[in-house]
Amino acid sequence: MDFLNALVVFSNFVFIPALAYGSQLALGALGVTLIYGILRFSNFAHGDTMAFGAMITVLGTWWLQSIGVGLGPLPTALIALPIGIIFCSLFILATDRFVYRFYRNQKAKPVILVIVSMGIMFIMNGLVRFIIGPNDQRFVDGERFIISVREFKQLTGLREGLAFKTTQGITIITAILVVLILFWFLNKTRTGKSMRAYSDNEDLALLSGINPEKVVTVTWLIVAALATVAGTLYGLDKSFKPFVYFSLLLPIFASAIVGGLGNPIGAIAGGFIVAFSEVTITYAWKKVLKYSLPEPLEPTTLMQLLSTDYKFAVSFVILVVVLLFRPTGLFRGKAF
Amino acid sequence: MENLKITLLFALAVFLILITGFVQSWNTALLILNMGLISAIMSLGVNLQWGFAGLFNVGIMGFVALGGLAAVLVSAPPVYEAWSVGGIRIIAAIIFGIFVIITIGLWIKKIVNKRQKFWGAILLALAGFFIYRAIFDTGVVAVEAVNPASTGYLGGLGLPILMAWPIGGLLAAGAAWVIGKTALGLRSDYLAIATLGIAEIIIAIIKNEDWLARGVKNVIGLPRPAPYEIDLQQNDKFVSTANSIGIDPVTASTLYVKLIYAGLFSIVLIVIFILAQRALHSPWGRMMRAIRDNEVAAEAMGKNVTGRHLQIFILGSAICGIAGAMMTTLDSQLTPGTYQPLRYTFLIWVMVIIGGSGNNLGAVLGGFIIWFLWVQVEPIGQFLMVILTSGLADDNSLKLHLMDSVAHMRLLTMGLLLLLVLRFSPRGLIPEK
Repeated sequence: MDFLNALVVFSNFVFIPALAYGSQLALGALGVTLIYGILRFSNFAHGDTMAFGAMITVLGTWWLQSIGVGLGPLPTALIALPIGIIFCSLFILATDRFVYRFYRNQKAKPVILVIVSMGIMFIMNGLVRFIIGPNDQRFVDGERFIISVREFKQLTGLREGLAFKTTQGITIITAILVVLILFWFLNKTRTGKSMRAYSDNEDLALLSGINPEKVVTVTWLIVAALATVAGTLYGLDKSFKPFVYFSLLLPIFASAIVGGLGNPIGAIAGGFIVAFSEVTITYAWKKVLKYSLPEPLEPTTLMQLLSTDYKFAVSFVILVVVLLFRPTGLFRGKAF
Repeated sequence: MENLKITLLFALAVFLILITGFVQSWNTALLILNMGLISAIMSLGVNLQWGFAGLFNVGIMGFVALGGLAAVLVSAPPVYEAWSVGGIRIIAAIIFGIFVIITIGLWIKKIVNKRQKFWGAILLALAGFFIYRAIFDTGVVAVEAVNPASTGYLGGLGLPILMAWPIGGLLAAGAAWVIGKTALGLRSDYLAIATLGIAEIIIAIIKNEDWLARGVKNVIGLPRPAPYEIDLQQNDKFVSTANSIGIDPVTASTLYVKLIYAGLFSIVLIVIFILAQRALHSPWGRMMRAIRDNEVAAEAMGKNVTGRHLQIFILGSAICGIAGAMMTTLDSQLTPGTYQPLRYTFLIWVMVIIGGSGNNLGAVLGGFIIWFLWVQVEPIGQFLMVILTSGLADDNSLKLHLMDSVAHMRLLTMGLLLLLVLRFSPRGLIPEK
């Protein structure tokens, strides 16, 4: 019984939150890694792209709520998501047309593109604050829990309860769906194949008649969609706050690099590695250990390795270890 | 022709500050001047890294904050009680931590077997961490319990705050060495991401380690290199001099103090500028630019590219650290909550790029002009918004929203400026020769 209680506490505070957070990071890292593979630069504006897409979704949700459209137990934000994706794509395509394309044609060095993405980041950050303001925004509605602590206790008779939030369930399911569609697209469709070819070897791809502009446009569209979905899911799960998305850049980059920059499977694995390390290292293990250890060994302290204020240090340490031991990442991305 | 343009551009910077003095107030003008001087120093440091060597540092905020931390550690009065109850234990724990890290480093260097190397290092790190926490935590609890409302930290050394400037540079140089060792020699993006990370972590440490510098409770009232306004106002000689020039003594005292700071900052700026200029035109500077322009060729000529990059990365970061210590001196307080990457990292980048990367004069100019804009965009935006919305009623929701949002105009303006300059004049206002 004690073992079951320990397992429940573990799932409630570590496994499920890390799974949801890992899905969000994986989606973010996929966007970063795709841009890196196709356009060959690290996009510093990605965090703010997530914020921008999520902002449009929040506005769409409010509008839908005001005219009384809803999904019942599910959050209305799911219907607003396509609106967010469309507007975010339009904005991103505009930045490509007016900003990035010029440097692409010039064959500018990647580091110039990184600085340009910094400029875009400023603008998107400014726009988001201009439109929705810098404060917390709540846009969650519908049923809060799939299983609440009380229901779970009644159901199983255990002393510890397990809460499974709707937003966590939606995050995980949406992430799986999105990843499946993305991999189907990259592996089975003609456009997806041409994207992979372009990423592997640009010259050969051009020789075989692949239209680079089309590849780039499709990439941006996918990235905008991924960013909007990731941003909205994060906003649903925690809360929408424009500042937070910038600080997500570090874990997202860490995920992408751990998996190997430019490698989509690596990005997903990296997302979960970073999320699970972050949550396990910053979680206070006292309760789990109390149930799983015999009485004389029960811990007296919180058994927390690092306070949650240092959660970014975890992604950073992972990043440093990977850079020191295996700069290409676990799945052999591009390091040079 | 070239010289005329440079003179005109600097005249413009002076003019902008003077006009602030005439239109708004001389206090505002001097505030802009002082922060402009500090910004110019930061931008010189970044220019060293980016303009000379093509290194992309996104962690300027962290190095600036380390400088600020140095100001506290050097100049705040020591809290003897805290030292006696737990200070020794904290120091012992830190020395132990450094010992563990060195051991791990040696292990990684000495052991050849890859699997042994990896798991051994992890094991050492875990064991070391638990022992470290056991010593460290008790010390921290004891120190933070010492009069938490006003101290609750170890305090500083009680030395003159001017000494913090070089020490801030040293602290930043140390952090830069760690980062450079890890990330240099790999892709240029990796350095960017690693510096982004270290900056976040430095800020997190300063915010959360209350025993070090009181965290978000802030250390206020650091000693100043300049006299206090209130003392000046009570000084008969000062009051009579002020009256004889025809300035109100209260205003005169604030201006006088700010002028002293401006003088101190100018000396540092000029020294660093001359050093940077000499470095640029020395064989070392030429080597740096050769490496920047063609790493492969420079390597073929026998230059140690990674080693030189590490050198210049440390130098540039040290300059940012010095500027950070100066900034904390100017505020005479350390407020970790105010360090934000958009303000302390990306704004400095805008200064370097708009000023002219690779040109020290350009970096200085960029520092002044962009700082001026950063401060003044808000009032200008407010003014424009009032005109734009003058047709709307006062309680119109759109008007209210727009007026509220004016504060966020600066980010938009900076982003637009950066993109426009990169596109149409990528070499900046004063291009590299």
